[in-house]
Amino acid sequence: MQKEVKLEVKNLFKVFGSQPKKAMKLLDEGFDKDAIFEKTETTIGVRDANFEIYTGEIFVIMGLSGSGKSTIVRMLNRLIEPTSGQVLIDNEDITSMSDDELVKLRRAKLSMVFQSFALMPHMTVLQNAAFGLEMDGVDKETRNKRALQALEQVGLETRAESLPSELSGGMQQRVGLARGLAVDPDILLMDEAFSALDPLIRTEMQDELLKLQAKSKRTIVFISHDLDEAMRIGDRIAIMEGGRVVQVGTPEEILQNPADEYVRAFFRGVDPTNILTAGEIAADTQVTIVITDGKNPRAALQRLIKNDRDYGYVVDSERIFHGIVSTDSLRELIDQPEDQHMLKDAYISEVMTANAADSMQDILPQVAAHPWPLPILDAQRKYLGAVSKNLFLKTLYRNQNEEQPNPETATDGASQ
Amino acid sequence: MNFFNFDKKLIPLDEWVQEFVDWLVFNHRDIFQALKVPIELCLKGFEWFFMFLHPAVVIILFALAAWRFAGKRVTIFTVATFMLVGFLGLWEETMVTLAMVISSVFFCALAGIPFGILSGRSDRFEMLLRPCLDAMQTTPAFVYLVPVVMLFSIGTVSGILATIVFSVPPIIRLTSLGIRQVHPELIEASLAFGATPWQVLRKVQFPLALPSIMAGLNQTLMMALSMVVIAALIGAGGLGNPVVQGLNTLEIGLATIGGLAIVLLAMVLDRITQGFAK
Repeated sequence: MQKEVKLEVKNLFKVFGSQPKKAMKLLDEGFDKDAIFEKTETTIGVRDANFEIYTGEIFVIMGLSGSGKSTIVRMLNRLIEPTSGQVLIDNEDITSMSDDELVKLRRAKLSMVFQSFALMPHMTVLQNAAFGLEMDGVDKETRNKRALQALEQVGLETRAESLPSELSGGMQQRVGLARGLAVDPDILLMDEAFSALDPLIRTEMQDELLKLQAKSKRTIVFISHDLDEAMRIGDRIAIMEGGRVVQVGTPEEILQNPADEYVRAFFRGVDPTNILTAGEIAADTQVTIVITDGKNPRAALQRLIKNDRDYGYVVDSERIFHGIVSTDSLRELIDQPEDQHMLKDAYISEVMTANAADSMQDILPQVAAHPWPLPILDAQRKYLGAVSKNLFLKTLYRNQNEEQPNPETATDGASQ
Repeated sequence: MNFFNFDKKLIPLDEWVQEFVDWLVFNHRDIFQALKVPIELCLKGFEWFFMFLHPAVVIILFALAAWRFAGKRVTIFTVATFMLVGFLGLWEETMVTLAMVISSVFFCALAGIPFGILSGRSDRFEMLLRPCLDAMQTTPAFVYLVPVVMLFSIGTVSGILATIVFSVPPIIRLTSLGIRQVHPELIEASLAFGATPWQVLRKVQFPLALPSIMAGLNQTLMMALSMVVIAALIGAGGLGNPVVQGLNTLEIGLATIGGLAIVLLAMVLDRITQGFAK
C-alpha cells in the first residue's frame, strides 16, 4: 500500500529569546545548545527537525523533558511560531499562512488534546465538547448533536450536563478527547495527553484511543515521555534529544538499530538503574581508616566505636582502597595472643569492590549480597565512597518521584 | 549659575497650569458643556425614576434585589435601612445620592471595563495606564474640584465627574487582573480550536474574569459613595448636603444623620453587589 504523506516537517527550528538571528548564526557555526545560551541567553527549542507523518498513523514523538517535543507539536498548529523551516499539511505550507488562513486551517483540519486537559471551567461537558464547533460558527442544534456523539464515543454521554470540575481526571481527559474528536479533524495532536493520569487509567485511555483508531483512521501526533506508551500505541516513533530529532522509525526498527547511545539508553528502559552510575550515587559518609604503618587495630576499633559504625574502610594516604574491617574482625584480631597485630589481618575476605562507571543495575547483586556498603573505586582504585542498601533504595525512590509528575516544565516554561 | 539655589522658583509650573485652565475655560468651555449632556441625561433618568416612584415601591425593588442576590438577612437589613432613612427625613436626599452613585458607576463600568480588558491583554498598555490610575486614586479631590467647576460649572454633573475620576480605577484594575488570571492553557486550547482573538475574549477570558470584574464594580461603588460629601461641596446635593451644612453651621446632629445614612446605604449596596459577584 502506498503511504500518503499528511504532514511534513522540513528543517524546522525554534529559538526562544530575544536574539533568534544571532542564535541561528551560532548554530550554523556549530555551537551547541549550552554555548549558545551562554552567549545570547536564547534557548534552542527545536533544531533542524525533519520528518514525515503518514495519513492514518499514530506518530509518537518521544523524549525527556526539555527535549523540545512539546514545542514541536505546538509548531504543527502554530501555537508557537517557528523561527525557520516549514510545516506542510497536505502539501500546504502553514508557516506562511495569514492569521485568517491559520484560523480556518485549525478549524478544518486540526484539533488538540492537552496534558492538563485545559477544559473550560465555566462550560458544561457538552459545551466543552462542542467548543471547536462553536468557534467554527456551527449552529447550536447541530453542534450539540455532534458533541453528544463525540461524548458517546468516549462513554460520557450521561455526564453531558456536568461541569468539568465534577469529573475525575480520567473522565476530564475523555472530555478533552471528545472535544478533539467532535470537530472531526484530519489530524489530532495529543500533547502528553495521558501523562497526568494514573497508570491504570492511562492504559485504559490508550486502549480507548486504539479502539477509536481502529474504527476510523485518523492521523494522530502523540507526544509522550513514556517509552511503554510509545511502544504500545505508536505506529512510528520519533525520538528527540536536546531539540534534535535523533531517530525516526517503527518501534522494531529503533529497537534493533538504535541510532546512537542516547536512543539505546532510552530503549534499555527509562529505569534509572541503567542510567545512573555507581560513581554518581556513591556517598563518602562511611568511616575511613588511614592505614599509616598498619599496626594500629586498636585505634581503628576506637574510631569505629566512636562513630557508631560497624565497618571501616581502610585507605592509604593516597586514598587507594585496601580493604574493609569490622568491629567484630578487629576484636577477634586483638583477642589473638600475638604481640604484633597487623591491620590487614582484620580485612574481611569476601569484600568485593565496584567501579565508578558501573551502572546501578551492575552493582545491585553485590549491594544486596553483603551487610556492608559496597565500596566504589575509580580507575586508579582510589576510594570514592560507598553504596549502602539504604542509599540504593533511596536513589531509586527519588528517581521514580522525579520522573512522575509534570515532566514538561522546562519546555512549557519556555513556550509561554 | 548655582544650580542648587532652591530659594528661587525655577519652574513656574503652577502658573502654566493656571494659564492653561484659564485658556481652556475661555476658549473651549462649550465643548465641556457638551460633554455634560450624556451624564446629565443618565442622571436625570435615574433621579426621575427614584423620585417618581412611591417610596414603598423603591423599598420593595431593593428588597427583591437583596432577596435574589444576597439572602434573607440582607433583605431585612435593606428594608430596615430604607425605613430608617425615611424616618430620619432624608428620603429625598437618599434618592438623589442613589441616582448619582448609580450614574457614576454606570459610566465607570462603561469606560473601565474596556480599559481593563485592554490593560489585561497588553503589558505595554498596562504600563502606561498604571501611573494614571495611581494619580486618579491618590490626587486629593480638592485639587481637581476647582478646574472641574470652572469647566463644567457647579452642580450634580460636576459631582459625578469628580466621582468618576476617583472611583474608576478599581474596576479597571480588577478587570485587568481577572483577564490576566485566566489560565494560559485555556487560551492556548481556544486558539488550537480555531478561536479568533475576539472569540477568545468573548467566550473564554471575559466569562472567566467576570467574578473579578464584579468585585471591581463593588469596589467602584464603594469609592463612589465615599465621594458623596466631597461632591456636595460643589453643589451636587444628596446625602452630602446635610453633612456639609452641618459642618458649616456646627449642627453636629445634622451631620451625624447624614453620615449615618451614607454608611447604611453603603452597606446595603455593598452586600447586594457582593451577592452578584457570586
